[in-house]
Amino acid sequence: MSAIDTQDPNRRDFLYVATGMAAVVGAGAFAWPFIDQMRPDASTLALASVEVDVASLTPGMSLIVKWRGKPVVVRNRTEQEMKDGEAVNLADLKDPIARNANLPADAPATDANRTTPGKEAWMVMVQVCTHLGCIPLGQEGDFGGWFCPCHGSVYDTAGRIRQGPAPENMAVPVFKFISDTKILIG
Amino acid sequence: MKKILTSLALLGVFAAGIGAVGSVAIAAEEAHNAAAPTHFPIHEPKEMDWSFAGPFGTYDKAQLQRGLKVYKEVCAACHSMNLVAFRTLEDLGYSEAQIKSLSAEYTIHDGPNDAGDMFDRPGKPSDHFPAPFANEEAAAASNGGAAPPDMSLLAKARGVERGFPRFVFDIFTQYAQGGPDYIHSLLTGYDETPPAGMVIPEGTHYNPYFVSGVSLKMPKPLSDGQVTYDDGSPQTVDQYSRDVSAFLMWAAEPHMEDRKKTGFRVLVFLLLFGALMYLTKRKVWEGVAH
Amino acid sequence: MSEGHSTYTPKTGIERWFDARMPLPRLVYDSFIAYPVPRNLNYAWTFGGILAIMLVAQILTGIVLAMHYTADTNLAFNSVEKIMRDVNSGWLLRYMHSNGASFFFVAVYIHIFRGLYYGSYKAPRELLWILGCIIYLLMMATGFMGYVLPWGQMSFWGATVITGFFSAIPLVGNWIQELLLGGFAVDNPTLNRFFALHYLLPFMIAGVVVLHVWALHVVGQSNPTGIEVKSKTDTVAFTPYATIKDAFGMIVFLFFFAYFVFYLPNFLGHPDNYTVANPLKTPAHIVPEWYFLPFYAILRAITFNIGPINSKLGGVLCMFGAIVMLFLVPWLDTSKVRSAVYRPWYKLFFWLFVADAILLGWLGSQPAEGSFVFMAQMATLFYFAFFLIILPVLGLIETPRRLPNSITEAVLEKNKGAGGGHPAGANAAPETKG
Repeated sequence: MSAIDTQDPNRRDFLYVATGMAAVVGAGAFAWPFIDQMRPDASTLALASVEVDVASLTPGMSLIVKWRGKPVVVRNRTEQEMKDGEAVNLADLKDPIARNANLPADAPATDANRTTPGKEAWMVMVQVCTHLGCIPLGQEGDFGGWFCPCHGSVYDTAGRIRQGPAPENMAVPVFKFISDTKILIG
Repeated sequence: MKKILTSLALLGVFAAGIGAVGSVAIAAEEAHNAAAPTHFPIHEPKEMDWSFAGPFGTYDKAQLQRGLKVYKEVCAACHSMNLVAFRTLEDLGYSEAQIKSLSAEYTIHDGPNDAGDMFDRPGKPSDHFPAPFANEEAAAASNGGAAPPDMSLLAKARGVERGFPRFVFDIFTQYAQGGPDYIHSLLTGYDETPPAGMVIPEGTHYNPYFVSGVSLKMPKPLSDGQVTYDDGSPQTVDQYSRDVSAFLMWAAEPHMEDRKKTGFRVLVFLLLFGALMYLTKRKVWEGVAH
Repeated sequence: MSEGHSTYTPKTGIERWFDARMPLPRLVYDSFIAYPVPRNLNYAWTFGGILAIMLVAQILTGIVLAMHYTADTNLAFNSVEKIMRDVNSGWLLRYMHSNGASFFFVAVYIHIFRGLYYGSYKAPRELLWILGCIIYLLMMATGFMGYVLPWGQMSFWGATVITGFFSAIPLVGNWIQELLLGGFAVDNPTLNRFFALHYLLPFMIAGVVVLHVWALHVVGQSNPTGIEVKSKTDTVAFTPYATIKDAFGMIVFLFFFAYFVFYLPNFLGHPDNYTVANPLKTPAHIVPEWYFLPFYAILRAITFNIGPINSKLGGVLCMFGAIVMLFLVPWLDTSKVRSAVYRPWYKLFFWLFVADAILLGWLGSQPAEGSFVFMAQMATLFYFAFFLIILPVLGLIETPRRLPNSITEAVLEKNKGAGGGHPAGANAAPETKG
């Protein structure tokens, strides 16, 4: 190795560092496609919105559609359910945040904030327990909302967590009424 | 090293010699009987200038849009394009709204619905081009027994053997347009009259550019003025053929521009990296005879 | 590699801790840092390293493609197209994998021809050579099954033709063919098992590569002079000398590879494979991937019955025989001198053999008709004559040129010949004369 220490150490060091850096850049660029391919592909992203016809839902009825591979419940709530939801004191809530993708991230979890203005009877939410991803049963449990059979989380009529291990209210996806009877989710 | 190079050169000359002798022998063997040719296509595809050829080639969006129009108004009557989704037409320069209305022009057979019935609905950008026939058997039955091929990959699935030594030159010229050249030649090749005495099977159409015979089932699909262009391009069979060939190249290889752009960066990087590594190698080996 | 030769001295506490429990750092140090390599290796010797990175690249891209691929005859073709169209960077990964297979074979052919030219297979490297031949066989099996997966026309008909080889075997042929296919023709069971095996075999290749490298490190590398290493001055340390040279070779190779991936990704493929497999319609002209073409030409060259062996079985036997020849090379070559550098006649025949292999490859791509058949028969004859006649006889009758006494002497002679403008030889004095 003594032979390579003969001349101009600065130029040599620079060369080694530059070559090493190029190797690191090359390795990084090579690695990218391998990570990139794991992201949702173009056809998956293209299906990221669904239209639902809710004309047939009278108060007290729900339907479930698949959106991004998960069940989304659309429920036309009864008067009683809405009243129960509005009567809740925010301080009693385990998770005081609305978790509504249509509202700012810090909106409080009032009953109104869980729905969309003018259509307060309608609950549209991802019916997936925020604990570990099971699907809660509708209109069961102590709060007349949802009950998750896996680990006993209980949600109220606005899908807010009230009891059990789940940490958050069930998520409200991006959605809007495109007519009186049609909802666009996503 | 020098010796190896010399040997390689000699080798090249030798191989070229054998190849030439072989080709000549074959050509002589064919004993050209114009009325009963044995090798197809009778004429080689004409090499056209394509905007997407070469290392910096890009698609001409206006041309692709015209090609799409030709496909929609002519080819789509018989040919499916199953692999192409409406959403990807963004590459042709269409806006999201334009794609929405374009896809809504199509009827998609979907279902089953809650009642268990299949139903028709307008297309969405996430849908693919619907096929003109319900299945391949129906397509074949309606077209004299031969199902028209799906067009999604046609520009990569067709090509005429280039032969030695041309395929060697193709490496340096980056010739990869065999598909569109072939499609263009075929579409413009219907007007030639077959040589006297040639037997054209019933229900087929003579085309000296067809890759596997003297004639094919598809009749001449295009005629002058058939498709209206609103950008002032000539409304001729030749122009239609160029445009639809370019469009099919895009349909078969939608990421080509991205590929060539990435490729340029990768090659430049490897060149620099290689130069650095070479200098490093020289430094490391300096003073070590080898 | 044996403990006795180890020059590794752990410097830090962690290294000592490891060394006492599992001497992995010692293994790496002895195999890839201190390992002595002949100082006169030329760039033909960088292809071992190039093959290693190609294998790793193929395994990486392959695993990732398998995340998106569906091995079902109804879905396979479209799942590949989904990779090409929708999966992020999918087109790049797939083109890297398909062209990677070709360039893997480019590298392995150069590696094999290098071995033939410099007599690297001669004692004591027979086992090393045979392990290499096994890797080559596994590569062929992997490449063939991988080509079936996209389920295009060439995939299907290639699989039909190649599994048809086995039906040539007398008595049990059809039974073996059905066993391989899992049916009477290439179909869903075939595709599924080919996918499973295509995923498995590269790891077997990696395993045999470990053995190949192990054997290499026991006997040491051959070199362009073919003279064994005699003293320390004949060698340099693997790191940095060989590592840097290999790295440069790899970059140059990757440059050509990238050129094809990005600018000619379908040049080495066949257009028919972009048409979905149709069991009722054979393409006009079936050809295998280019790396099988010489063997394909040999297969088709046997158009006549040889005694009790019909032409079909004869073709298959010749084709497999062509590969068996490689296994036998260490014993077919009777020469006492390894390297073609000192064997003028062998050098000539070697290059004729290379030309013959290329010619066979070209003939394999042409239709088997007319004068092509005769040319293929002549080329096949030369192929076998090279191994069975030229190699054994030439070794006995050829007068080799004068061999230098050592690698060091050869190097110094060469540098003297290169002229005065090259001070490196003189500067090397402290290391060269021991």
